[in-house]
Amino acid sequence: MTEEIIIAGFGGQGVLSMGKILAYSGVMQNKEVSWMPSYGPEMRGGTANVTVIISDERISSPILNSYDTAIILNQQSMDKFEKTVKPGGLLIYDPNGLTRLPERTDINVYSIEAADEAARQGLSKIFNMVVLGGFLKLKPLVAPEYIHKGLQKSLPARHHALIPENEKAIEIGKGLLKAVHLVN
Amino acid sequence: MIMEDKFSKTDIQKPENIVYKRTDLLVDRPLSYCPGCGHGTAHRMLMEVIEEMDIMEKTIGVSPVGCSVLAYDFLNIDMLGAAHGRAPALATAIKRMWPDHFVFTYQGDGDLAAIGTGETIHACNRGENITIIFINNGIYGMTGGQMAPTTLPGMRSSTSPYGRDVPTMGHPLKITELVAQLPGVYYVTRQSVHTPSNVRKTKKAIRKAFELQKENKGLCFIEIVSNCNSGWKMTPVQSNKWMEENMFPFYQLGDIKLDGKLVERKETVEKE
Amino acid sequence: MGELRLMKGNEAVAEAAVRAGCDGYFGYPITPQSEVMEYLMAEKPFERTGMVVLQAESEVAAINMIYGGAGTGKMVMTSSSSPGISLMQEGISYLAGAELPALIVNIVRGGPGLGTIQPSQADYFQAVKGGGHGDYKMLVLAPASVQEMCDHVKLGFDKAFQYRTPVMILSDGAIGQMMEKVVLFDQIPRRTDAEVVAQCPWASNGRPKTRNHNIITSLDLDPAGQERVNLKLQAKYKMMEQNEVLYEEISCDDAEYLFVAFGLSARICQKAIDLARAKGIKVGLFRPITLFPFPATEVSNVGNRVKGILVVEMNAGQMIEDVKLSVGCKVKIEHFGRFGGIIPSPDEVVRALEQKIIGG
Repeated sequence: MTEEIIIAGFGGQGVLSMGKILAYSGVMQNKEVSWMPSYGPEMRGGTANVTVIISDERISSPILNSYDTAIILNQQSMDKFEKTVKPGGLLIYDPNGLTRLPERTDINVYSIEAADEAARQGLSKIFNMVVLGGFLKLKPLVAPEYIHKGLQKSLPARHHALIPENEKAIEIGKGLLKAVHLVN
Repeated sequence: MIMEDKFSKTDIQKPENIVYKRTDLLVDRPLSYCPGCGHGTAHRMLMEVIEEMDIMEKTIGVSPVGCSVLAYDFLNIDMLGAAHGRAPALATAIKRMWPDHFVFTYQGDGDLAAIGTGETIHACNRGENITIIFINNGIYGMTGGQMAPTTLPGMRSSTSPYGRDVPTMGHPLKITELVAQLPGVYYVTRQSVHTPSNVRKTKKAIRKAFELQKENKGLCFIEIVSNCNSGWKMTPVQSNKWMEENMFPFYQLGDIKLDGKLVERKETVEKE
Repeated sequence: MGELRLMKGNEAVAEAAVRAGCDGYFGYPITPQSEVMEYLMAEKPFERTGMVVLQAESEVAAINMIYGGAGTGKMVMTSSSSPGISLMQEGISYLAGAELPALIVNIVRGGPGLGTIQPSQADYFQAVKGGGHGDYKMLVLAPASVQEMCDHVKLGFDKAFQYRTPVMILSDGAIGQMMEKVVLFDQIPRRTDAEVVAQCPWASNGRPKTRNHNIITSLDLDPAGQERVNLKLQAKYKMMEQNEVLYEEISCDDAEYLFVAFGLSARICQKAIDLARAKGIKVGLFRPITLFPFPATEVSNVGNRVKGILVVEMNAGQMIEDVKLSVGCKVKIEHFGRFGGIIPSPDEVVRALEQKIIGG
């Protein structure tokens, strides 16, 4: 099993930390992982994206130009990454702020209204965990107990009190998915 | 000879008759310095202090690039030869690695005040517990008498053959007064080694700096204004006289900072 | 098994330094490697092991601090990125000349000049061919994963002391910035001062009455003496060539074509192998792990069995010179590179193989 994922959105949406929690959870389940951010000045306020690979085998290139899954959280990222999803692959997007919805018909497309729901529940700061929940519902690559360990390892100790809240957000996300287009 | 009647060679060597003995911390070999140069005396004072304090086993010295590049051949203690200007960087790491050791740099004016200005100022500003011995003779001696940052206005050198022209070549740099401003620096003094009384004062200053290093007081900075009879194209006697008449009015001898406090002094200005 | 962590390459370097028993880190901030010193400062190794961490006023000061610390027998290191490493070249030459052990990590970014902060492999020549003035080499390690970033720190220190030589880890911004699973080796205690003195009888760390004074220098004004120094260095480099070559072969057994790549490029080539083999192209990868000593015999052995070689680098063609010297002229050897901070994608590597080697 190898899952190649791109997570993309604005800096500040928690794109990198979502990737890190997913990757760390994979490590705790003793999988091979890589987490490759786009780094540089564009991170501050501009777009941010991270390639996460989770595999049972040694990972080859940490940098890819096509993905099994794209998790897309803003319009620039939709324009850039919709076309990079492998045929038959998965695209999850939050429609909040999008002006153009995905058009591909050869991939599975789901929407998740994570930003709105997180705001309603007072979880805006961990809206990324809602999105992660949606992804894990469709691709349960990592078991919940390892997600818990991944959170423990990723979050600084002073934030460990917030782990139950993060797990709650993940659970909320699992119930928010809406299938937009399915290949089969 | 008459001398032999009074003092035979063996008599002279009797301990009670010895008036001067080379410290064992100076290697028994001819110095590479020009006759009349102050480096040899400065070396001896430094080594006598280390011998008298009995700290050879805990002393690490750093020599520069310049006339004293081979200082490590003469100083019979563990030494490192630094790249040009970088001695304070070496000394910083050495002291941090061996905090109970005594660490000093021995640097000339080109090394310390031109190419190594950054390392000098930052080591001083961090208050590294090291001793910097700064030999200022206003010229690049080793490379053949080029203009140094400390060359006086109007002073001739091979790269200022018509004299240092301040408007185009800049002012002589009083780096010692400059570093004295920094809070990390605890003791700053300017001495010379051209007369016996000045030699004694220099030795006392070096001793003081090493004692302060033992107490971790911060950086101690000793400038020794010295002659360069070869570079200045004078006899040793002429060069010492010239130094008194021209260098000292600008590079005024005496303590500049004591116990971490600046000493009140009259500011010296460049001669027109 | 050691402790398992998800870490950035830069963080792994820093943690490995602490665990290797490093005595001192001296550095200056520069993107994309600032995490090394940031991690160390946050981790407080001065409390964990007594390791010194100091932010220098410049890369020039940092490399000379390394020279100072190494000259006393301590285990010291620095890290920087391309422009900073250029500033350190003088100091590295002095380290080589004075035969001092030290570890220098270069997280390469695109150049020339201020260039870019994105990953590159354009400092290959500088690292492998000398870089500073005079005839010298460093042992150069090229990690291709975060795990190797960690392991090469320990290996680098071992080799630095074994040969009394500066060792460079030549990595790049991507490996420095990306996170992967790392198995950390257990803490190795820092040597005591007495152990340092015993292990490094050449070091200047205070002269006991029982020996002559030690002198650390790269100067010998007598040309005959300096020639002897050079001959000694060359003999040392010969020893490294005989004993220290490291490399990896992937899918080479049945390969008709060969990629030669180091570091990040080798990772991309591994993906390219999968893509190419899915198309029926039998291609393998030869990955030099030591760039000096270069695995000349080994790449020649594999290279002379295939129909063509594509050297893939994030530069305009540097390691290809060593590949050509090693393999000779019987096999077609071409270069594919992206530069200035662009990382080649696996499918453009496959396209290059098809166009330059198979079709060309």
